[in-house]
Amino acid sequence: MIVPSAPVGGSGDDVLVVDDLATHFFTRGGVVKAVDGVSFRVRAGEILGLVGESGSGKSITGFSILGLIDQPGRIVAGSVRFNGREITGLDEPSLRALRGNRIAMIFQDPMMTLNPVLRIDTQMVEAVQAHARVSRAEALERARLALEQVGIPAPERRLKAYPHELSGGMRQRVAIAIAFINKPDLIIADEPTTALDVTIQAQILYEAQKLCRETGTAMIWITHDLAVVSSLADRIAVMYAGRIVEQGRAADVIGAPLHPYTEGLIGSVPSHNKRGEPLVQIPGMTPSLLSLPKGCAFSTRCRYADAACRVPPPVLSLAEGRDVRCIRPLTGGRAA
Amino acid sequence: MSVAGDETTVADGAAPVIEGAKGPVVAETPFRRFLSEFLESPVAAIALAALVMIVVLALAAPWIAPQNPYDLGAVDVMDNRLPPGATSMSTGMVYWLGTDGAGRDLLSAMLYGLRISLAVGVASGVIAMAIGAMVGLVAAYVGGRVEQIIMRIVDLQLSFPAILIALMLVAVLGKGVDKIIIALITVQWAYYARTVRSSALVERRKEYVEAARCLGLGHSRILFCHVLPNCLPPLIVVATVQVAHAVALEATLSFLGVGLPQTEPSLGLLISNGFEYALSGKYWISTFPGIALLLTIMTINLVGDQLRDVMNPRLKR
Repeated sequence: MIVPSAPVGGSGDDVLVVDDLATHFFTRGGVVKAVDGVSFRVRAGEILGLVGESGSGKSITGFSILGLIDQPGRIVAGSVRFNGREITGLDEPSLRALRGNRIAMIFQDPMMTLNPVLRIDTQMVEAVQAHARVSRAEALERARLALEQVGIPAPERRLKAYPHELSGGMRQRVAIAIAFINKPDLIIADEPTTALDVTIQAQILYEAQKLCRETGTAMIWITHDLAVVSSLADRIAVMYAGRIVEQGRAADVIGAPLHPYTEGLIGSVPSHNKRGEPLVQIPGMTPSLLSLPKGCAFSTRCRYADAACRVPPPVLSLAEGRDVRCIRPLTGGRAA
Repeated sequence: MSVAGDETTVADGAAPVIEGAKGPVVAETPFRRFLSEFLESPVAAIALAALVMIVVLALAAPWIAPQNPYDLGAVDVMDNRLPPGATSMSTGMVYWLGTDGAGRDLLSAMLYGLRISLAVGVASGVIAMAIGAMVGLVAAYVGGRVEQIIMRIVDLQLSFPAILIALMLVAVLGKGVDKIIIALITVQWAYYARTVRSSALVERRKEYVEAARCLGLGHSRILFCHVLPNCLPPLIVVATVQVAHAVALEATLSFLGVGLPQTEPSLGLLISNGFEYALSGKYWISTFPGIALLLTIMTINLVGDQLRDVMNPRLKR
C-alpha cells in the first residue's frame, strides 16, 4: 500500500542533524552506553527508518532528541541540531515548546498512549492549546480536521468517545492525528505498528507515509521490522548496541547490505528464504551493554569476524550518505 | 489525495465499537456503566438507598424535626427522660422516641446530631483527601528524597493509633466543631497520601504520561489532569471507608467527652448523655442514637465495599 507515484521524499533541507550523540545510563552495575556516537540527518519530507533489535538504543535515540531522558540517564556528548538550532542542553521550557509542537512522537501501544479516563476531544484540545492560544471551539475544529486527515470516518462521533470505545487501529490513528495536529516539522514514531494486526499495520503505514508527503513533515520511523521499513522509508539506518552500523538509501541498504549484521537481519526475514530451506539466523543474542565485546560489538556473532575485528571499526563512507561501520564491508553478499 | 476513494480499504476492519452489538443508541458513558454495575448487588442497592435517605434526613433536619433542640425556649426541662410515645405536659407534642436528660425531643436531637456527625465526617474526609491526594501525588511524581521524607512522615503517622492522636490533639486544641475536624484531618490525611502514592507510582510509569510529556504539557497539568483522574477509583473507595471512620471517631471522642460541646450534640454525645441512665431502665436515650450511628456507618461501609468491588479491575467479572 504505497502511495502511487509518490515522489521520493527528502528533497528539502536538513530538519534534524544528529552528530555523534551519546546517551549513557549511570546504573549501579556500571555505565550503560545505550546510545554511543550516533550520527544521522533527516531532511524535510523524508522518512528515515531506524532499525535495530530491542536494546539497540533506537528508542533512547528518539527520547534523547526530545530531551526526555530520565535519571540515571544523561546525554553525555554530541549535538542535536533541529532546524539549524542546537537543542541539546536547552532548558525545560524551551524543550517543552518544541515537544508536541515542532517535534511530535507516536508510540508503540495505542492502548497505552491515550489516557483511558479522558475523552478523545479533551486530549486533542489539550494538545492544541498547549502550544497555540486558540479558543476551545477552534481547537475542536482542528481536532476534527486532524481526525479526518488520518482517515477516521465520522470524526465528530469519535471525538466524543473514550479510548476504550475505539479499536486498536482507530486509536493509533488518533495518536497519529494528535502527532500531526500542530503541523510539526519532525515526527518520531517509535514502533507505531508493532502492536497492530498486519492489515491495520498496512493502513497505518499508508496514512503515515501519505501525511508525510503531503505536509512535508520529516519522520523517524523506529522499528525492529526491516520488512516494514523497506517499503516505507527513504533512508535506513541500522543500529546495533548503541551505534549505527550502516545507513544509506533504503533500496541500497536492503538490496546490497554492507554490514554483516544488516545482511543477517535481511536473511532473517522469512520471505527472503526459499520454501523448505532453514531460516538464516544470526547466532547468539544482543550483548549486554555493560559488557560489550572489545572492538566491533557485533564481532562475537559475525560469521566473517577474525582477530582484526578486535579493534574498534572506523566508519567508512562509501558514497554520499552511505556509511558502514565495518572494516570489511560486504559486496554482493560476500566478504570483500 | 484520494482519501474518499480509498475509504473501503482504509477504513478500519473492526466496526467502530461505539455503537457495537449491544444495540442501544444511548452512548454508554463510564458513569452509566458504573452505576449499573454498582446496582448489581441488591445489598449495595439497599445500602445506597438507605445512605441517601440518611443524608436527606440529616440535611432536612431543620425543616422536618418536630422541635429545635438548640432552641432553649422550645425545650421544656420538665419533660426530661420521658419514654417513647409520651406527650409533653406543657405543649402537648408527642415525643415519638422519648426525651433525653435535658428534656429535648430525642428524634429531633438525633436528626440534628446526624447532621453534625455527617458534616464533621464528610468535611474532614474531603479536606483530608485533598491534602493527602496532593501530598501523595507529589511524592510519587517527584520521587527521590522528597518522596522518602513524605512517606516516612506518613509511616510515622500511621504507626500511632488514630484515637490516640485525635485525643491528644483535641485535648490541646479544645472543644468545638472546627477543632475536631482539624483533629480528624490530622489523623486521616496519611491514609489518602499512601493510597494515592501507590496508584500514582503505577500510573506515572504508563505510556500516556510519557505521551503527555512528548506533547509538551507542563508537570502540574500532567499531574492533575492525567495522573490524578486515573488514581481516583482507589481514592474514592478509601474515602468512603475513611468517612465512616471519621464519623465513628468523632462519636468516640464525643462519647469520651472531649469532642463536641453539649450545646451541639452529635450522635456520640447523645449516646454519652443517655449512658448514665441506661441501667436504670431508660434505655431509649442511648439506644436510638446508637442505632442511628450504627446504621449510618454500616451503610457507608456497605456502599464502600461495593465501590471497591466495582472499581477493582482484578475483581472484574
